Amino acid sequence: MSAPIRKPDTASTPSLAEEVEEPLYVARRQIYPQSVHGTFRRIKWIILAITLGIYYLLPFVRWDRGPGAPDQAVLMDFPARRFYFFFLEIWPQEFYYVAGLLILASLILFLMNAVAGRVWCGYLCPQTVWTDLFLAIERLIEGDRRERMKADAGPMTLEKFTHKTLKHAIWLLIAWWTGGAWVLYFADAPTLVVELATLQAPTIAYASIFVLTCTTYVLAGHMREQVCTYMCPWPRIQAALTDEYALNVAYRYDRGEPRGSLKKAVLLREAGKPAGDCIDCDQCVAVCPTGVDIRKGSQLDCIQCGLCIDACNTVMDKISRPRNLIAYDSEANFAARAAGKPQVRHLVRPRTLLYVALIAVTGITMLVSLAMRDTEGVAAIHDRNPLFVRMADGAVRNAYTLRIANKQRAERTFLLSVAGVPGGTLDVVGTGGTTDVSVGPDQTRELRVFVTTHTPLDPGVSLPITFLIRDKATGVEAKVPDHFIGP
Amino acid sequence: MSTAHESHDTDVDAKSGKTTTGHEWDGIRELNNPLPRWWLWSFYACIVWAVGYWILYPAWPLVSSATPGLLGWNSRTAVQEQLTDLAALRAASSARLNTASLEEIERSPDLLSLARAEGRVAFADNCAPCHGAGGGGAKGFPNLNDDDWLWGGTLAQIQATIAHGIRAGDDEGHQGNMTPFAGVLSRAQISDTADYVRSLAGLVPATDPGAQRGAVVFKANCAVCHGEDGKGKLELGSKNLTDNIWLYGGDKATIMQTIALGRGGVMPAWGTRLPASTIKALTVYVHTLGGGQ
Repeated sequence: MSAPIRKPDTASTPSLAEEVEEPLYVARRQIYPQSVHGTFRRIKWIILAITLGIYYLLPFVRWDRGPGAPDQAVLMDFPARRFYFFFLEIWPQEFYYVAGLLILASLILFLMNAVAGRVWCGYLCPQTVWTDLFLAIERLIEGDRRERMKADAGPMTLEKFTHKTLKHAIWLLIAWWTGGAWVLYFADAPTLVVELATLQAPTIAYASIFVLTCTTYVLAGHMREQVCTYMCPWPRIQAALTDEYALNVAYRYDRGEPRGSLKKAVLLREAGKPAGDCIDCDQCVAVCPTGVDIRKGSQLDCIQCGLCIDACNTVMDKISRPRNLIAYDSEANFAARAAGKPQVRHLVRPRTLLYVALIAVTGITMLVSLAMRDTEGVAAIHDRNPLFVRMADGAVRNAYTLRIANKQRAERTFLLSVAGVPGGTLDVVGTGGTTDVSVGPDQTRELRVFVTTHTPLDPGVSLPITFLIRDKATGVEAKVPDHFIGP
Repeated sequence: MSTAHESHDTDVDAKSGKTTTGHEWDGIRELNNPLPRWWLWSFYACIVWAVGYWILYPAWPLVSSATPGLLGWNSRTAVQEQLTDLAALRAASSARLNTASLEEIERSPDLLSLARAEGRVAFADNCAPCHGAGGGGAKGFPNLNDDDWLWGGTLAQIQATIAHGIRAGDDEGHQGNMTPFAGVLSRAQISDTADYVRSLAGLVPATDPGAQRGAVVFKANCAVCHGEDGKGKLELGSKNLTDNIWLYGGDKATIMQTIALGRGGVMPAWGTRLPASTIKALTVYVHTLGGGQ
């Protein structure tokens, strides 16, 4: 690893001689992010609109699955133990698809990190998106940074009181709507909305809405950047996963230092002395939603949202200096510039290639297995006590519990058979002597079955056997292996 | 707010520019990365919560019990409430089990799975200690999976056995005993009879001289209950001796012990302990274990 993007900030380091006693617990320093305009702000607004739009509206999207099936595109149906996602229907035993989805998500997170640092934190994380929304409302009602700071420092006035009340009311409204949208993913949304409005909804729906209203209001309205700095594990993990080629929001100290006022810089340049482009206007700090000074280098509190880039570019334009004094840059680039070498852009490198390969393998495996998954299945459990039974006529019998699943939306009849037991006969409890088993639409059926043989077996033998179900209408088969245990 | 411990010197770490907490171990000092104050407040809030918990719930141990707590909650009543809730939850299905006949239950896939589900749990709670988790039996406790029944394997017979028990003091229960023959037969006779019983199950050739001598003794003493052919009598609960399925063991020593000392295992009468619907569920469960007739 090359040196980190961090220039020793000697000015802020207290001298050893000073008498220092810092508290072990500190009060939160209120942050008043200033409004900003620019490319990254625009990207953030667009992502905010898209992600929140999806979150709030998705439960109302319909998807026709035929009669008797829910027509909600995305639905976690806990009572019926089904997860619906557009064309997909996931049964509980197929939940590994969701695990696969989580693996895919984490790999994509790693890839994003290897390419451009904390993209997730800065643009996509719900904490960031909702905080951004709450900040926008705060700004709309209470004014920009200066007005808010002035109002907070001053005494309570009628105007301040009105502003605060209005702000918290709107925050609570959004928080309530956020909690409300969440429960709609767990029941038919239009029905639940009516039930909620007429106070007919289940208690758990109201309780969930209440809890999520509280968490949204507290996390986005009050905790904000503290969630990132104190609660979230990702900054810690991210720091361990990054490398010198990853792009991060960075202050180009090699261009910016020595910082100083614009006038001083002009004078220095005229005198032929080095002068940095940073005019120490603190705009990058003022717009930062987590209140960090990006000029101190890459740090845990920085969510890399790029708003300081927008702020600095605005200033650079005004003073007619080149843009991107703060920019997405890599440690390797810093080192290259210092050594007078050309820019390094290593988007394709072993780390990113590995992540892409892993994402491809996971994604393709999931797609293939999803495309090839059966709409019927059989599972078997051998009785554990007793392992075998000797009957009065000397026959040996093994008992099994079978579960036949029919994932289609129509009742099907399966012919059950067993292979691998010499002279073995199959009996099913509760079918009236037949091995034809009907299973209702989108259901499973548990059966107790016996395999009996009169053929003498070697003592202690354990024969591998196979249970087979065949759809009587289509001939589609499914099987499951088990064992037949002899005396 | 708390500050670093007074007795230690806090200073500034030269490398990081941060203050230390003043804690020092072998020259290693801890950097002070202050926690947010709200974290401390939530810690205090937890303490307050705990105090509330002490007051509202059983908490402090006393000599023979514990402080009851203002809410009066205790685990026994909680379990009782849950059982009441369960009974209410099951009311509809229990009613269906109560009204349907045992045969109807077995014919309807719906009722069958309901009865087997309830039966499986009731069996695990009440029957498994003797009969084994899957009804596989143990010495003295019959295997319920095979088709060798002491008191009958039809639905009605199984229901009667479960409800009234065996030698359990219930007037309608099964009463038969295996009489001890220790004072009646000599040791040699008992040995011969054991040989004959084993020959009935095919474990000893019928031509064995001991078995041939035992046949005479059997006819005189045992056939009354076990029948001339040794196949047992259902009304007496006498064992079928010909099918090589043994309750206490088929080796000669065990059979001699059985003849000499007699047998008389006990099964409790469950009719007084379990609701009728549970008895029915248990009946269907045992009947579908594999040996039902």
